[in-house]
Amino acid sequence: MSLTRIYGLFLRHFYLITRSFPRILDLVYWPTIQITLWGFISNFFATHTTYYNNAVGVILTCAILYDFLFRTSIGFNMLFLEEIWSRNFTNLFIAPMKIGEILTSLVITALIRSLIGLVPAVLLTSPLFGISILELGIFLFFLFLSLYIFGITLGILVSSGLLRFGPSFENIAWSTMFLLAPFGCIYYPIETLPEVFQKIAYILPLVYIFEEARNILINQTVDIENIYNAFIWNALYFTLSIILFYYSFNAAKNKGTLINMGE
Amino acid sequence: MKNLIEVKNIKKNYGKKEAVKGISFNVQENEILGLLGPNGSGKTTTIGMLLGLLKPTSGQILINNLKLENHRIEILEMINFISPYIELPKKLTVKQNLNVYAKLYKVQNIKERIEYLSEKLRIKELLDSITGELSSGQKNRVSLAKALINEPRVLLLDEPTASLDPEVGDFVRTFLEEYKKEKKISVLLASHNMSEVTRLCKSVLMMKNGEIIDQGTPDDLITKHGRTNLEEVFLKLSRSKSEFN
Repeated sequence: MSLTRIYGLFLRHFYLITRSFPRILDLVYWPTIQITLWGFISNFFATHTTYYNNAVGVILTCAILYDFLFRTSIGFNMLFLEEIWSRNFTNLFIAPMKIGEILTSLVITALIRSLIGLVPAVLLTSPLFGISILELGIFLFFLFLSLYIFGITLGILVSSGLLRFGPSFENIAWSTMFLLAPFGCIYYPIETLPEVFQKIAYILPLVYIFEEARNILINQTVDIENIYNAFIWNALYFTLSIILFYYSFNAAKNKGTLINMGE
Repeated sequence: MKNLIEVKNIKKNYGKKEAVKGISFNVQENEILGLLGPNGSGKTTTIGMLLGLLKPTSGQILINNLKLENHRIEILEMINFISPYIELPKKLTVKQNLNVYAKLYKVQNIKERIEYLSEKLRIKELLDSITGELSSGQKNRVSLAKALINEPRVLLLDEPTASLDPEVGDFVRTFLEEYKKEKKISVLLASHNMSEVTRLCKSVLMMKNGEIIDQGTPDDLITKHGRTNLEEVFLKLSRSKSEFN
C-alpha cells in the first residue's frame, strides 16, 4: 500500500469539494434539513406518546445515525460515479494503483464528506431542540463506527455493480439505502415488523445498532451483545463486499467494461 | 535495440465474438509503431489489453521484459496513455490535475516535473485555469502533460491529434518526435491521420477484423500496394476482402 497514492486520490476529491461552494452547500444542506425535520417530529412524538416520553431525543438521535449511514454510503458511490461522469475512469484505472489503495482512499474520503455534512447538523440539534447525541456516551463511537462500516460496505457493493455492469447500474446506487431502510428498524422496534421481515432484519447489522441506540436512551442500559452482533454482521458483509469488488474488477477486465466506461 | 513492448499471439473474445484473433508484434526502444485499421478492427481492444484494462483470452504481453499479468503495477508505473475519449477531471485546475496524477504515479520532484512539462508543452499560463474551460487544443496538451508526468518508457497514443487544428496538431507531432528522440521511449500510435503516421512512424501494422493484415514501413507498404500514399494503402486494405476473411 502506498500512502502517496492513497493521498493522491484523496486530493483529487478534496480539490473537487473545496473548489466548489455549491458542493459544500450540498453536503451540509440535506443533513441539516433532514435533522431539523426529524427534530420537530421527535418533539411532537415526545409530547404525544408514552413510548418516547422519557427520551425526547430518541427519534432525532436515530435520524442522525441513519443520516450518517446514508451519507457514507451515498458519499462512497458518488466518489466512484464522479470518475465515470468526468470521463476520468480510464485514467484512474491505468494509474499504478492497487485496488486496496483505491478503496482505502475512497473510504477515507467518504468519511470526511459525511462528517462535513453531519457535524453542522448535529451542532444544530442542541440549541434548536435541546437534544445532544452525546447522551449516548462512549457507545456513540461504536454505533457510528458500525454504521460507517455498513455504509462503506453498501458503497463497495454498489461500486462493484458499477464496475461489472457499467453506468447503467447508477440508479441502483441511489436506491440501495431505501430498500434496506424498512428492515433497519430505524424509528421503530423490531417487533413492529411482520415475522418474516424480522428474520431478514436480524441478518442486518442495522437492527442491532438502532435497537441499541433506543435501549441506551430509553432504558439507560447498555446491551453489549447488540453492539457485538452489529460488528459480527458488519465484518461478514464487509469481507463479502471486498471479495465481490475484486471479482467484479476481474469480470470487468474480461468483459471490457473498464475500457468502455471512459467513453 | 531492446523490445520494450512484446505482444505474443494475444486473442480477445467477447463471448463468441473474436475481437482480436491472435496478433503478435514488438515495439523497440526509441521507436514509434503505427497501429492502423478501420473502426472495429481491434485497435482499441489491443490498447486496452496493453493497459491492463482488458484481460486477453490467451497470449502474453511483456513490457520491458515483465509479464503484464504478473507485474501490473510495476508496468503501469512505466507506461501512460492519451486518448481524446478520456478526460481529466473538469472542475480541477490544470495544476491540481497534474499534482494528483504526479502523486498517483509517485513522481519525485513534482514541482520541477510540472514546470518542465508546462514549459515544453506551452501550458504554463494555463496551470491555474479550470481544465473544463480549456479549448480542445489546450486540453490535448494538458492531457499530454498528464501522460508524460511519470516519464513513461512506453507511451500509448490513441488518436492524439484528433479534433486539433493543423497548428496545434503539428506542434503535438513535433513535440512527440523530439520527446521520443530525447527519452528513447517506445510509442504505439493508433491513428486515422495517415500523414501523421507517415511522418512519425518507423513501421506500421494494418489491422482488420481483429487480425494484422499487413505490416512494414510506410514506404514499403506504399510500394508493395502500388499506391502513392499511406491513405490509399489504408483504403485499399480496408475495402478489400482480406484473405483472412
